[in-house]
Amino acid sequence: MDINSFTIESTRSVISQKEFTAADLAKNFYKKIEAEDPEIHAYLTLCEDRALQQADRVDRIVNAGDPLPPLAGVPIGIKDVMATKGVRTTAGSKILENFIPPYDCTAVARLEAAGAIILGKMNCDEFAMGSSNENSAYGPVRNPRDKSRVPGGSSGGSAAAVAAGTAVATLGSDTGGSIRQPASFCGVVGLMPTYGRVSRYGLIAFASSLDHIGPLTKTVKDAAILLKVIAGHDPLDSTSADLPVPDYEADLAKHVSGLKIGVPKEYFGEGLDDEVRAAVEAGIAKLRSAGCTIIPISLPHTAYAIPTYYVIATAEASANLARYDGVRYGYRAKGARTLSEMYRKSRDEGFGTEVKRRIMLGTYALSSGYYDDYYLKAQRVRTLLTRDFEEAFQQVDAIVTPTAPTAAFKIGEKSDDPLSMYLADIYTVTADLAGIPGISVPYGQSSSGLPIGLQVLGRHFDESTVLRVAAAVERP
Amino acid sequence: MKVTEKDVAYVADLANLELTDQERQRMLTDLNSILDYIGRLNELDTSNVPPMAQISTGLGKIENSGRGQITSSMRDDVPVLCLPHQEALQNAPVTDGEFFKVPKVIER
Repeated sequence: MDINSFTIESTRSVISQKEFTAADLAKNFYKKIEAEDPEIHAYLTLCEDRALQQADRVDRIVNAGDPLPPLAGVPIGIKDVMATKGVRTTAGSKILENFIPPYDCTAVARLEAAGAIILGKMNCDEFAMGSSNENSAYGPVRNPRDKSRVPGGSSGGSAAAVAAGTAVATLGSDTGGSIRQPASFCGVVGLMPTYGRVSRYGLIAFASSLDHIGPLTKTVKDAAILLKVIAGHDPLDSTSADLPVPDYEADLAKHVSGLKIGVPKEYFGEGLDDEVRAAVEAGIAKLRSAGCTIIPISLPHTAYAIPTYYVIATAEASANLARYDGVRYGYRAKGARTLSEMYRKSRDEGFGTEVKRRIMLGTYALSSGYYDDYYLKAQRVRTLLTRDFEEAFQQVDAIVTPTAPTAAFKIGEKSDDPLSMYLADIYTVTADLAGIPGISVPYGQSSSGLPIGLQVLGRHFDESTVLRVAAAVERP
Repeated sequence: MKVTEKDVAYVADLANLELTDQERQRMLTDLNSILDYIGRLNELDTSNVPPMAQISTGLGKIENSGRGQITSSMRDDVPVLCLPHQEALQNAPVTDGEFFKVPKVIER
């Protein structure tokens, strides 16, 4: 069977038509992973037993002729920052090398309840901190479109597996662009829902006011299908929104004609690669021909988004990562004579360089004497960045920008320069800070054949419009 | 240079990190270059701008749009099942079967 091109939609159809059993399909995916993943390194852990048990449950439903759940038999990979009961969950860190969660992340539980087959756990930057997947303690992921290049990050494994066809879809997490930027680099669709749309319960915390779970898929329609399954209120996450979840798949049928699309000049300035600019401008022209009104807009505080992000995200990370102390779970260094020495040695040996750098930066920004200058200042600028969007959305229904300033860069190219790595997220971080939804959809490619991503941003809880606009860009 | 070697040592101490001499040197360079970049926030006058700690505060318009509260951060004060004792211990590096075990806490 040619599983390379399988989408959620086509998988549903082959399962319901009984062309394949869910068990055979899962086994074929494991064969493909075994043959092709060593070169890409998208998977950190496989959970074949759990997958085949779930496939059996799906096959029993098919055989009984009962109505099929929406993801019946669909093989899905989970970024290794989401807890999976009984399946090792590392967050790409040595400090959690042997961590076996005693519970499931809500998003994962909802996927399985909808019939999905969880194949395994996807490689990522350590604690989702990075833009290239080079910060994984288990080694980098290679971009399936050009193996000398990074897949983006931090959900690099999630994007690479969808691009390589070793999963039909995956879940990723986005704190500053970690779903959309790798989707752009690997030529797949990556959706960050509104903050609060998808429960964060069971997501290993990086920066709690910025962390989002979302799907990476081959098509916009698949993203709509997955979002519908994982979205909705969860009593286990006090920030999850108690709002009805629309039928995103059905909403895709509505035409984009008449929508007002904003194009912010700040996203097309210095630093944007010419080929990326040309591709995104072509995508905007396509929307114009589809009947959208294109409106030039300004998001005047955009230049301050990266510095704001690196204060807030690192401050929250320094607090969240204080829990790794070698006591209740995770790595404990050997030979420490006192409790305090044990804490220090365990954290020193368990965390990688970028994680330590961010803990240091965040601790500094929160420390006495600097709190007002850095943390409080960044929180005030976060208000300004959010107001920029609020004002823009009075005028327009969606905003279109590049997802990243360049196509995928070479492995090693930025790994010694944290600041230049941080700038890879320049067009994605602002949406995380404001909590609005955003999607990256492939549109065009560079002269050397690398994929380019176009980003669509929308109003809070208006993923429907974001998906519709992305689908209009994607349509051949 | 905003950050000195002494600051790096102090912050590492707050963060429960030891750091090798080489790591401290690298941190000194990196923190100074990142903080220098972050310093551009001071170009903005934010004296009348409220700080934003959570997205929900930024969603004020939605909460007031007639749809009511969108997040229910409070639940009824009713006990629910929590993680069983043995499961809570199963990932611990060292236990005595009943409690987490750590090196001695009081230093002399």
